[in-house]
Amino acid sequence: MSNRTYLDFAATTPTDPSVLAAMLPYFSEKYGNPSSIHSFGQETRAAIEAARQQVAGLIAAKPEEIVFTSGGTEADNQALEGIAWANEKNGNHIICSAIEHHAVLHCAEFLKKRGFAVTVVPVDQDGLVSPEAVAQAITPKTVLVSVMHANNEIGTVEPIREISEVIGRRTKDEGRKIYFHTDAVQTAGHLPINVAELGVDLLSISAHKLYGPKGIGALYIKKGTRLTPFLHGGGQENNRRASTENVPGIVGFGAAADLAAQTMAEENAKLLPLRDKLIKGLTTLIPDVRLNGHASVRLPNNVNVSVKFIEGESMLLNLDMLGIAASSGSACTSGSLDPSHVLLAIGLPHEIAHGSLRFTLGKQTTEAEIDLVLEKLPPIVDKLRRMSPLYPGGKK
Amino acid sequence: MSGNFRVNKRKVLVAMSGGVDSSVAAALLKEQGDDLIGVTMSLYCGTKALGSGCCSLNSARDAKLVADRLGFPHYSVNFKADFQSLIIDNFIDEYRQGRTPNPCIRCNQLIKFSLLLAKAKELGADYIATGHYARIPLPVTRYSLLKGKDQKKDQSYVLYRLTQEQLAKTLFPLGEMTKAEVRQKAKALNLAVADKPESQEICFVEDDDYGRFIRENAPELVRPGPIIDRTGKVVGEHQGIAFYTIGQRKGVGHHRGAPKYVVGLDRERNAVVIGDDADLLKTELTARELSFVAGKGPTGPMVITAKIRYNGSEAAATLMPDGKVVFEQPQRAVTPGQSVVFYQREEVLGGGLISS
Repeated sequence: MSNRTYLDFAATTPTDPSVLAAMLPYFSEKYGNPSSIHSFGQETRAAIEAARQQVAGLIAAKPEEIVFTSGGTEADNQALEGIAWANEKNGNHIICSAIEHHAVLHCAEFLKKRGFAVTVVPVDQDGLVSPEAVAQAITPKTVLVSVMHANNEIGTVEPIREISEVIGRRTKDEGRKIYFHTDAVQTAGHLPINVAELGVDLLSISAHKLYGPKGIGALYIKKGTRLTPFLHGGGQENNRRASTENVPGIVGFGAAADLAAQTMAEENAKLLPLRDKLIKGLTTLIPDVRLNGHASVRLPNNVNVSVKFIEGESMLLNLDMLGIAASSGSACTSGSLDPSHVLLAIGLPHEIAHGSLRFTLGKQTTEAEIDLVLEKLPPIVDKLRRMSPLYPGGKK
Repeated sequence: MSGNFRVNKRKVLVAMSGGVDSSVAAALLKEQGDDLIGVTMSLYCGTKALGSGCCSLNSARDAKLVADRLGFPHYSVNFKADFQSLIIDNFIDEYRQGRTPNPCIRCNQLIKFSLLLAKAKELGADYIATGHYARIPLPVTRYSLLKGKDQKKDQSYVLYRLTQEQLAKTLFPLGEMTKAEVRQKAKALNLAVADKPESQEICFVEDDDYGRFIRENAPELVRPGPIIDRTGKVVGEHQGIAFYTIGQRKGVGHHRGAPKYVVGLDRERNAVVIGDDADLLKTELTARELSFVAGKGPTGPMVITAKIRYNGSEAAATLMPDGKVVFEQPQRAVTPGQSVVFYQREEVLGGGLISS
């Protein structure tokens, strides 16, 4: 397995060597606790504040609006629960889209068990959330709307700005604040983000999706937004998240954010034609294949297809044995039997949702790798279809 | 299975439970130069899935660690829906019918050597390998399934429903080894699973408490009824015939004289029939759903040895073509639903489900 092809950048990215280099001094050389008064603490305090500026810069926020978390999941959970508990007296209704990440959906379910009402807004066949549907879902009890910036499975980019406008109008009508959260884990560092232009109050980011380290993320919290914290036991992160800061992680996150801001445009210019070549190749070389997600309003690195009559898992394992790493649109292999909630939400029947495959491209992706997939996948599909009882002309 | 090198590498899917047997089986194949794909089946959910059972998440983790150590890929495959409908539902239904099922036999037939074998083909593997203690020698005119060399560990009983086609695609690397040798090998390889305890129970039944399993998963089987003696006289009450097995002594109440045993389960009358030890002895049984792993069944009376439960011992008998088995010596607690397996010396000929 010396020549492996990684096409699962939406799952995670390699830490950029320059990011790793920035982190290294913060393990054994500069190890002070940022809360300490002495010089050891001062140098790490300075480092995390510099990183905070870098991360804020990536989304055009103010540094004091950034709270570092352990990752995207914590940021999503903190946003939902933090707003829910802080506004319990003003209302108990939460709205989210049907294709949110489980870090949002499961958290909403948890809140439902604790007495909140949850409305799940459907999406259209391309995975788009309709701002009108969000407007209609708002009730006098609504405290929070959560719609992701772009979907991690099918790549559709949501009309966040338009949704924020309808929320703004309703906020005015109601005469009280309705908060708007977006999970930007798939877009931060990949699409330009300006929190003011998007009109969001909360936004989640994860460092390892943008060539930073794992175990670190951030929640943007618009100035003036009150949130009940998760962790108690220290005054870190401006009293919003107790726990000694993950200094190397934060420093790496900052470096990765900086790097992403510089390289984003160039990377997208490279990825778009590769993405489109892969989509075009898969849909023309293999019969009975459909592209999932919006054809144009989609992440520049995302390809998600359903291959009729066979299972995504089988294609995935066959590709893996050839050293090609992709992901299946369906539930993780050890997980539940249900296919992806995202694919079901865009209206795919179970059997087609089960036959889904996701390729996500990244910095290291080359045209030769795209060609390799286009060479290797069609015969795999052909072989599996011949064994499939569902395939006309297949076995048994 | 012989020779230390091979001109053409075989591609083998190894079924890995995370236990010591399948781990060593994988290690032996790897040493022989086979190209391996490790697979752990996820079969059911339940609290046990978090613990130490053979299909639990921990098992998949152990298997993954072993595969990583030995240097081959490992995947988890999801057969939960099929396992539920083909194995667990059938298990409950058998109890409903007043029978005592052996789900492992059915699982081998319908899950491991069917669905997993199909998965192997999908992944381009030529063979499937498991850690069973049984042997399949190189075929002369046909394949044969032989007992494992370790008589104490022999697992050929649970494999009798396999077909010739399945044998042709199956490898049992542990067939020539004893359990002690397997543990030794695991230690020598420094496999973390070397000292893992043996799993003997039915994997989806927690704490081996099948009564609780029935109560939780098929509450409709909690149906009190009479305990009767062989004359039909009511001598007590039971909570449901599903909680009783032929030969059982517990739960039949206290009676004067000799100890009493369950000697029959009468589904029509929802009754548990009790009797003396002597009432448990039978010289004949009838088997249905016969299956002959050796290829074909007898055309006339055939002298065999037969085993009527997994941990039982073989007894001399004559097998009739219609599935009737006549023993030379009376057998204790012939249990409908269990399998009778037919042997000739080392070879498994086949078997069937005991109907009466």
